[in-house]
Amino acid sequence: MDIYTRRLTTNRMNLILSMLAMLFGLFWLGWILFTLFHLGLGAISAKLFLQMTPPPGSDGGLLNAIAGSLFMGAVGTLVGTPIGIMAGIYLAEFGSRGWLAPATRFINDILLSAPSIVIGLFIYEMYVVQVRHFSAWAGAMALALIVIPVVIRTTENMLRLVPDSLREAAAALGAPQWKIITLVTVRAAKSGILTGILLAVARISGETAPLLFTALNNQFWTPNMNSPMANLPVVIFQFAMSPYDDWHRLAWAGALLITLGVLALNILARVFIRNKTPIY
Amino acid sequence: MSAVVQQGPGLAKSAPAATIATMFRTITEGSLRKHHQLDVLFRHATRLFAFLVLALLMGILASLLVGSMPAIRAFGFGFFVSAEWNPVTQQFGALVPVVGTLVTSAIALMIGIPVSFGIALFLTELAPIWLRRPLGTAIELLAAIPSIIYGMWGLFIFAPVFSEHVQPLLTKTLGSIPLVGLLFQGQSMGIGVLTAGIILAIMVIPFIASVMRDVFEIVPAVLKESAYALGSTTWEVVWNVVLPYTKVGVVGGVMLGLGRALGETMAVTFVIGNAHRLSLSIMEPGNSIASALANEFTEAVGDLYLSALIELGLILFLITFVVLAFSKLLLMRLSRFEGLQT
Repeated sequence: MDIYTRRLTTNRMNLILSMLAMLFGLFWLGWILFTLFHLGLGAISAKLFLQMTPPPGSDGGLLNAIAGSLFMGAVGTLVGTPIGIMAGIYLAEFGSRGWLAPATRFINDILLSAPSIVIGLFIYEMYVVQVRHFSAWAGAMALALIVIPVVIRTTENMLRLVPDSLREAAAALGAPQWKIITLVTVRAAKSGILTGILLAVARISGETAPLLFTALNNQFWTPNMNSPMANLPVVIFQFAMSPYDDWHRLAWAGALLITLGVLALNILARVFIRNKTPIY
Repeated sequence: MSAVVQQGPGLAKSAPAATIATMFRTITEGSLRKHHQLDVLFRHATRLFAFLVLALLMGILASLLVGSMPAIRAFGFGFFVSAEWNPVTQQFGALVPVVGTLVTSAIALMIGIPVSFGIALFLTELAPIWLRRPLGTAIELLAAIPSIIYGMWGLFIFAPVFSEHVQPLLTKTLGSIPLVGLLFQGQSMGIGVLTAGIILAIMVIPFIASVMRDVFEIVPAVLKESAYALGSTTWEVVWNVVLPYTKVGVVGGVMLGLGRALGETMAVTFVIGNAHRLSLSIMEPGNSIASALANEFTEAVGDLYLSALIELGLILFLITFVVLAFSKLLLMRLSRFEGLQT
């Protein structure tokens, strides 16, 4: 075999391997989605949304878990988003000088990938230990802390995409800086910032680890944010780890619900902004 | 304009004109001052929130440190080298979970790096342009699937298939190699360190692949075209031009994947088997820091037990912090490089 044939063969072989790697990645996505539909779809019915989580052996749904997830997710997003947007504004608009902005950016990127179970531990230490009981407030706070880095990151990126000529035009008309930012740049980056919020919601809707030590779980309906509250991920965890078949069925139904929600949010976020948002 | 200048001296002496001028000045200065104050207020408000992020990091470190104080006092440095984990005798050591965390992450990287490289290569060099976006998105969706879904799927679907078809094969082939074979000894239970590592690999692939793809895309077209013009094959261009040019970023991406793998909780908790024992074989059940926390924290009785778990959390946070900081530094170096090039 001469050198040319060898180079060509190496090339072809490696390109085929790269194609196989791509298929390998898609294969798992396909397999997981197939499993979820296969096992989850059958368990989805009206009862799922109308009844409470059952004791083993009896009929029931996931109403309290779904409601709890929505409650805590909403509170977490409402608390985390403004903080994230404000900090993002600082990084993008005032962050060119000084030590604070680079340090914040650096730490924020680390918090973005930091293990979420540590956030749960932090809230446990700071709040649960102090008040001596698990509560939905603690769960919502843990989720808010996960929302913040995601929103900061996208807000900053999106504000940076706004052309400076827009800011300069507003400044030339005599607008003060706070008006330039709130009425011009943030408005121009609105859809991008919204995307960040969507991604943050998608991120927290599947988070289990930080809720384990904060919101815990609750078999019953409760509107009380000061008591433990059921939520989909922890219920799925508990039900999947149990030996009961009907609990397993409910867990698969819940898993399908969460995954569909999260994937829909992610795809929606990508439709909102055509240009790339890094996932890391 | 000229009329004003001519009338200027005369006007200044007359009372009504002076009032008008003062009025004009006070309005301007007043609103300017107001807006200036609002500007300062706004800037400081945003600054406060940025500062909050730093405070959060400090808070996490401080609270974990305080929480783990009893365990640190009780076990000291021995915590790191002791493999004992006995709630009854109140003896705790971090060796098993720390080793489990490191081994599962290492397996994840060993599978994840080549696959991610292949995917990034496919997405940047091979795939037709119209297919790049949808395929890239599909891979990124792997990162969007919640960790608990991976765990459930791993336990109920993947582990049975794995124990029935793959593990016996591994034991038969790799298991008979001297030394290396010891890693693959044991029963085919489906759950264990190897299963956890494989599932972690699937979870980190989207992260590593998307960093690699993004850094491959910054390679100047001129460089690649020059190599092609010299007669290089696609593989030679990627291996000899693209990869050396982007190696800092590639390592950054790998570190990011490692950081993700180390802290992954739910997926590992489902499939690792949660056994506090050290075994040579990666087929055996083990434990990782995150899974020990998820499994035992709410059931831990006694201050020392809780504190030992919190110390595990502290160790996990410190390890991931260092790994992620390293990753970030490398990626920052590359983006500075990119800035110089354009």
